[in-house]
Amino acid sequence: MDKSATSREMLDYYLKKSYADAAAAKKSGKKICWATSISPCEFCETLGIHMLYPENHAAAIAARHGAEDMIQVAERKGYCLDICSYARLNLAYADIGRSVAEEMPLPDFLLVCNNICEVVIKWFENLSYELKIPLITLDMPYNYGPEPTERGVDYIVAQFEDCVRQMEIITGNTFDWQRFNEVMDIALESSFWWLKAMSLASANPSPLNGFDMFNYMALIVCLRGKNGCRDTFRKLTEELEEKIRLGYTAFPGGEKYRIMWEGIACWPYLNFTFRTMRNSGMNLTGSTYPVAWALEYDRGDLRSLARAYASTANNSSLPGQIDLRVRVMREYGCEGATYHMNRSCKTMAFLHHEMQGAVSAATNTPFISFDGDQSDPRNFSGAQFETRIQGLREMIDQRRQARPGREGEL
Amino acid sequence: MSQIRELLDCFKKVATCPGKIVREYREKTGKGAVGCFPVYTPEEIPHAAGMLPVGMWGGETTLRLAPSALPSFACSIMQSITELQLQGVYDSLVAVIVSSPCDTLKAMGQKWRRQVPCIQFAHSRNTKIDAAADYTRREYQSIRARLEAACATTISDEAIQTSVRIYNEHRQVMREFSGLAASHPDLVNPIDRHMVMKSAFFMRKENHTVLVKALNGLLAKAAKKPWEGVKIIVSGIMLEPVSVLEVFKQNQIAVVGDDLAQESRQYRVDAPEGADPLDSLARQWLSMYGCSLIPDPEKSRFSLLRSLVEQRGADGIVLCVMKFCEPEEFDYPPMKAYMEKNGINLLQIEIDQQIQSVEQIRTRIQSFAEILRAQRARRASIAQL
Repeated sequence: MDKSATSREMLDYYLKKSYADAAAAKKSGKKICWATSISPCEFCETLGIHMLYPENHAAAIAARHGAEDMIQVAERKGYCLDICSYARLNLAYADIGRSVAEEMPLPDFLLVCNNICEVVIKWFENLSYELKIPLITLDMPYNYGPEPTERGVDYIVAQFEDCVRQMEIITGNTFDWQRFNEVMDIALESSFWWLKAMSLASANPSPLNGFDMFNYMALIVCLRGKNGCRDTFRKLTEELEEKIRLGYTAFPGGEKYRIMWEGIACWPYLNFTFRTMRNSGMNLTGSTYPVAWALEYDRGDLRSLARAYASTANNSSLPGQIDLRVRVMREYGCEGATYHMNRSCKTMAFLHHEMQGAVSAATNTPFISFDGDQSDPRNFSGAQFETRIQGLREMIDQRRQARPGREGEL
Repeated sequence: MSQIRELLDCFKKVATCPGKIVREYREKTGKGAVGCFPVYTPEEIPHAAGMLPVGMWGGETTLRLAPSALPSFACSIMQSITELQLQGVYDSLVAVIVSSPCDTLKAMGQKWRRQVPCIQFAHSRNTKIDAAADYTRREYQSIRARLEAACATTISDEAIQTSVRIYNEHRQVMREFSGLAASHPDLVNPIDRHMVMKSAFFMRKENHTVLVKALNGLLAKAAKKPWEGVKIIVSGIMLEPVSVLEVFKQNQIAVVGDDLAQESRQYRVDAPEGADPLDSLARQWLSMYGCSLIPDPEKSRFSLLRSLVEQRGADGIVLCVMKFCEPEEFDYPPMKAYMEKNGINLLQIEIDQQIQSVEQIRTRIQSFAEILRAQRARRASIAQL
């Protein structure tokens, strides 16, 4: 990769390369693994297994407006329209093997980690059954309490060890624990630079157009264990720091309101939602995504690795989820929040009622909720979104009027 | 015959008046009831504390308060539970125990809003390794500790051991009942069968066992009569409300077996005998199979259903998919393909506890029954040739 390349060019290059490398690997008989988005990449990476991420691929299909036709393929097979649309898209892709997005070679085995939701357990179970390939499960017990329990960590470590054994059988290679430590170093650095870059959105004005985060996210999902990921986010950090130094904002027209976006993007309407918010002067500065892949653990320590993967936001208790959002609202200077009532994501949507009230009360900020879906374009109303955004703007304005001087700060 | 009817009416009374039953239990024993959310809650633990474990499977209720707390695309059982919770129906319970096998239940444990203590837990979802048994045992140990605090009592190993035996015996008796009911569709209609199953959630299991044993004894002695209607296996989370079962009854459809979470799934596997009763319960969990809520890439549920159809001489399967239940919804497409490949008739209906009208279901059930009758007649005429 050319050293003068921008982070955006690096993002495109490494993403395309990962799919091209996987396609070449498949042709040469190497093993391909489909994995869930916050599953530990460290094991596959150590064994040189190419990992691909159906959630990311489904998002890419939806963002390129190729979702509806594929979703209907799944629905014709009997998949109910209530099922997560990423799953419907991917199960259709597994059937037909093509889409508007990059070619994603079919897997030789699957790695499912339920630290994001339980739906992935059923989704990957169906893939395993349909494609007749092994399924490796990493169960991260739900943290109904404040943090992972010791019994949970013991159980996860045993699963890690079993996962290594299974991967050794699948690949016929021996797991190199020294290489594992090196991969952990890279993954930790990738996470560090990802969080560092994203946290620069806290600057005022933010050098980062929040919707860019959704684009960069693909890299931290797909290539966390690779040097290219680390290098890209290091580069992005440099670029953003330079923008902060120059007082530049990537947000066109200037940032009038700083907003937290709760939930997954509406990929089929990414541009529409961005434009609608931009037209109201709203920049998306706050999100839970930066911390989602900011996985911190002690190198070489499986127990620490287990705790990190078991402590994802989606696997946290309601108080933990509220605390995280309050922190995001404060750290990123958000004056309001939009909650995406995502038909595909019960994990996030079902706690919205409690989250909204608690976060709003703790930060004294207004919020709106809108109906949508991460990739099924039929579950979104542009008019509703516009009206709600307008409402949010009015609520923020009212509060500013009640607290004169606030506008001048921005 | 009249004795059988009397017993069946007795089960119905229990199943339809849980509030009264809980009140009476409290007055009689001085002990309370512990609510057990679906699914696979280790009831043996509250049972060992002398409590009455009661199943919380929602019910027919109008949703007035629930929409303010739970989005409309949550499953129908949890909508009902939320409504009843907010109405204060569960306030007399000593505690509730909530499992976490799906995203909705995970959220439900966190959304609990009443003073009654909520004891949430998470089964191991990777049942393939030994460490899962140890984890689950310790998770059950945590349930015991939290329940002891809620009940202000201690729950000894011996007491749980006794409860495990009582529950194992109950499971065996319920499996026998399922078989006997299949042999006597003229005596046990689909509503009766469901009430026998459902009443188990509102009685101490040792008492339920006595009643079911008595019913089994009478059924075993009763003469078998040919059944003119059709026979089906039902599968899913649950088959309610009763108005849907009424449609089965009216169309001379006998339920000769089930794979319902609320009914036979919980009786499929006994807890193995052992020195540590919580280890026995954990190992029972690891042995469970054939359920949409238990991870299983082999989908053993499908072959289990096929065997059940063959064993019970059923004409087909009615898959009762709980509205907005993703685990069940994921199983349908591969199940449909499997049953088509194996020549087994399958009808999918949607279950909604808040259903206002069963007419659409009625039409589908009637059509399915007609198809099955026609097939049966065709087979009979071929056999005569």
